[in-house]
Amino acid sequence: MIVNGVERPRPGSARRLLSDYLRHDLGLTGTHVGCEHGVCGCCTVLLDGRPVRSCLMLGVQAEGHQVTTIEGLAPSNEALHPVQQAFKECHGLQCGFCTPGFVLAIAGLLAENPSPSEQEIEEGIAGNLCRCTGYASIRRAVSRAAELSGGSRPE
Amino acid sequence: MTTRWFGERVLRSEDERLLRGRGRYTDDLGEDALEGCFVRSPYAHARVLSVDVEAARRAPGVRAVYTAADLPFGEMDLPLLIPHPALTQGRTQRCLASRMVRYAGEAVAFVVAEDRYLAEDAADLVEVEYEPLPVVANLEAAAGAERLVHSDVPGNVAAELTQESGDVEAALEASPRRRRLRLRYERGAAQPMEGRAVWARWDAGEQRLTVYDSTQSPTSIRGGLAVLFDLPETSVEVIAPDVGGAFGPKIMLFYPDELLVPHAAMQLGRPVKWTEDRREHFTAVNHERAQLHEVEVGYDDEGRIQGLDVDFVHDAGAYTPYGLILPIITAAQLPGPYRVPAYRVRFRDLYTNLTPTSPYRGAGRPQACFVIERVMDSIAAELGLERAEIRRRNFIQPDQFPYDTGLSWQDGSRAVYDSGDYPRLLEECLRLLGPRPAGDNVGMGLGVYVEGTGVGPYEGAHVQVLVSGKVVASTAVPSQGQGHATVFAQVVADALGVDVADVEVHGGDTRRLQWGVGTFASRSAVMAGNAMHVAAGLVAEKAKRIASEQLEVDSADLELAGGEVRVRGTPDRAIPLSTLAVLSNPLRYAFGGGAEMATPFTPKPRQGPPLASGEQPGLEATGYYSPPGSAWASGAHAAYVHVDPDTYRLEILRYVVVHDCGRVINPLILEGQVQGGVAQGIGGAFYERLAYDEEGQLRNASFMEFLMPYSTEVPELVIGHLETPSPLNPLGVKGAGEAGVIPVGAVVASAIEDALRIRVTEMPLSPLRLFDLDRLRGGGRR
Repeated sequence: MIVNGVERPRPGSARRLLSDYLRHDLGLTGTHVGCEHGVCGCCTVLLDGRPVRSCLMLGVQAEGHQVTTIEGLAPSNEALHPVQQAFKECHGLQCGFCTPGFVLAIAGLLAENPSPSEQEIEEGIAGNLCRCTGYASIRRAVSRAAELSGGSRPE
Repeated sequence: MTTRWFGERVLRSEDERLLRGRGRYTDDLGEDALEGCFVRSPYAHARVLSVDVEAARRAPGVRAVYTAADLPFGEMDLPLLIPHPALTQGRTQRCLASRMVRYAGEAVAFVVAEDRYLAEDAADLVEVEYEPLPVVANLEAAAGAERLVHSDVPGNVAAELTQESGDVEAALEASPRRRRLRLRYERGAAQPMEGRAVWARWDAGEQRLTVYDSTQSPTSIRGGLAVLFDLPETSVEVIAPDVGGAFGPKIMLFYPDELLVPHAAMQLGRPVKWTEDRREHFTAVNHERAQLHEVEVGYDDEGRIQGLDVDFVHDAGAYTPYGLILPIITAAQLPGPYRVPAYRVRFRDLYTNLTPTSPYRGAGRPQACFVIERVMDSIAAELGLERAEIRRRNFIQPDQFPYDTGLSWQDGSRAVYDSGDYPRLLEECLRLLGPRPAGDNVGMGLGVYVEGTGVGPYEGAHVQVLVSGKVVASTAVPSQGQGHATVFAQVVADALGVDVADVEVHGGDTRRLQWGVGTFASRSAVMAGNAMHVAAGLVAEKAKRIASEQLEVDSADLELAGGEVRVRGTPDRAIPLSTLAVLSNPLRYAFGGGAEMATPFTPKPRQGPPLASGEQPGLEATGYYSPPGSAWASGAHAAYVHVDPDTYRLEILRYVVVHDCGRVINPLILEGQVQGGVAQGIGGAFYERLAYDEEGQLRNASFMEFLMPYSTEVPELVIGHLETPSPLNPLGVKGAGEAGVIPVGAVVASAIEDALRIRVTEMPLSPLRLFDLDRLRGGGRR
């Protein structure tokens, strides 16, 4: 599999979860594990550009696919991805634990729909739990990210 | 012109690192560590007949399996953290249960293996034989006392405490009107997105123990580990790295893993870590909230309270490691922002066969607020008064501060409100709420609260100007997302006249500052914020002393601004802080970085000894803040809600918060705390209920069944600030972390009662419960 543009060996064990493979075998600890039953969304990564729960997949299932984790999202050490930039500007995070999952889910959302409406934003992030922010700043960050990415300002 | 950072919406310095996935949470560390896994009791109450770990010990990759019999501290009760004279029957659990288990989830054995997968495989092989015993699964069963949680604790009563201020019997007797209410609050849970985790390494050469722990109090963990393992406290280091939310339960110590992981690391000579999974978090990490209150209130024909008599029971769970803090807070905070001339409160802390309790954001206050606000609403309904009006008539007035409640507070002192303006809070809240939206099944809810914040004993800070001119500031208080690195940097930057970006803040690391207490009780900004202010002030004074010698100007004529010490009115006569940092440390050797300035043969050697008498080298200082009493924050919340008459779905149409936490350091971060607190309050009011059955089994121990709000359930708040500075601390601040959550139950109850015309006497509610209540009343569509 290709992880953040780098070809990686297959997991040593067939039962290794993709989340554990990324975190503990590749050291990509930005992917977080909040529930291990697919509800909280902390472990969201992009598989071929689409958000998936890495705790609900085995590592071997990602063979032959492109995986993007939070570490691979920013274009450089200087610049952030528009979603990351928007989170920073809008105070879209507090403890930061759910944040990589949100950022990748939103990156996936905006790739499909560059100008989401308020309703689409709310539904677009309704698969991720955050216990700190109360979501308002995250919703603002989605609008701001759409703006930064060149999408039109939503209603 | 000096920049002032205090009060500015400074963007967080923490964020870029976290956004790039470079956070360092405990489970991210120590990739070569052995990993642990618990065997936990499936029974809520049982005798442990045998524990057979032989098969587990032989399993692949297993390095150790511990039972109580394998531990030198296996027969030791874990510490009772906050003893109290009224806690006559305090009980704490053992690290691993060997004879009895008293809640489902209590730890019985601990397996350490090469990785977590192998540890879990082996844990499945541990054979425990139990003899199930009768279960005390709720407060009614506990009070009934037909079954006992601890055979030597009569009536399941851990403690009983009564406080009285004024003569309640007489006041009730003399009251023209009296009402009784029975009000229930059920169990809830904090559920931070990161569970708990511990990683430990024993350095045999150095005889040094290093522990990373997702705790709210690394200094306490360190103290306890030093005692347990008989190590000098200077040889134990405890660090709370990035913590993925905590909200209270991570202040509890010691959870069994906090002893077992270091013990295993010392025994096995390898780093060991344990990371909780969500299912065990649900039962192994402390809960809160369950209380049942019997209330009698006496009032006059204008609705003014004359006497209030409250008798409540608190569900302690199976043990009382955190003492009586929760019921004490409820008891002291129950009168809230109101004048209650005569108040009596009795509580009993009762054992149940459920997970123990300790503070969860709000900590006894949501219950207190729910009770007094239900009382207010019921008096208003009885007298046909507006709910706002009944509150106006009972408020403590702005000229009555400091206001002595006559009640004992959680730190043992008297609860004395330091400052506030409750009438203004309410009027501003109503103004922002605006007119009621049109439509059926729409209700308005209201709740006003006070919160004693910033309890002692103290907090400290170490502030150092580096020779680069950058500033490093450290406190023992860790952060779980509250933005400490940003707000403390604002405080320090103001005192030193530097850019906020030049201040780097470290928290929760005993290697950097070993003295301190922790983050809880909305205390970090008050305690550590003021300690930062004190320490940075000492550094500023020192910078002026050195500059005064160099510039030959009186200290009083100097000011700190722009990263320099300047002569007031003559800004070109200045010395950069970086230079003063070099000069603060008299040197023999010029090792670079401008160090030659501080060597002996400079053009301007100081008279007398190179280091002035009483002075310490380095442009640094340690400062402490210890409060004379709590700083009392307050606020008013109001909402319009709509309840769907078919599905009983709750829609929050508008939610207004007007909050007074004294002077605001960073409005951006404060609003985040408030919004997040209210979201948790909404969860606790309408979605989240820990559903225990009669056998003490938690039936909804997953995020699929314990429903926490998603974005779709939480509206954007309208937030207003009022600032009545606290006179008790130099910054004038009060705590803000818990405020958002406190009145939400009261507000939602009030609003639903208004929308559906049903009586609400319990929290949390749910669509199903509303359906039942509405049907009882004969309402709804069927």
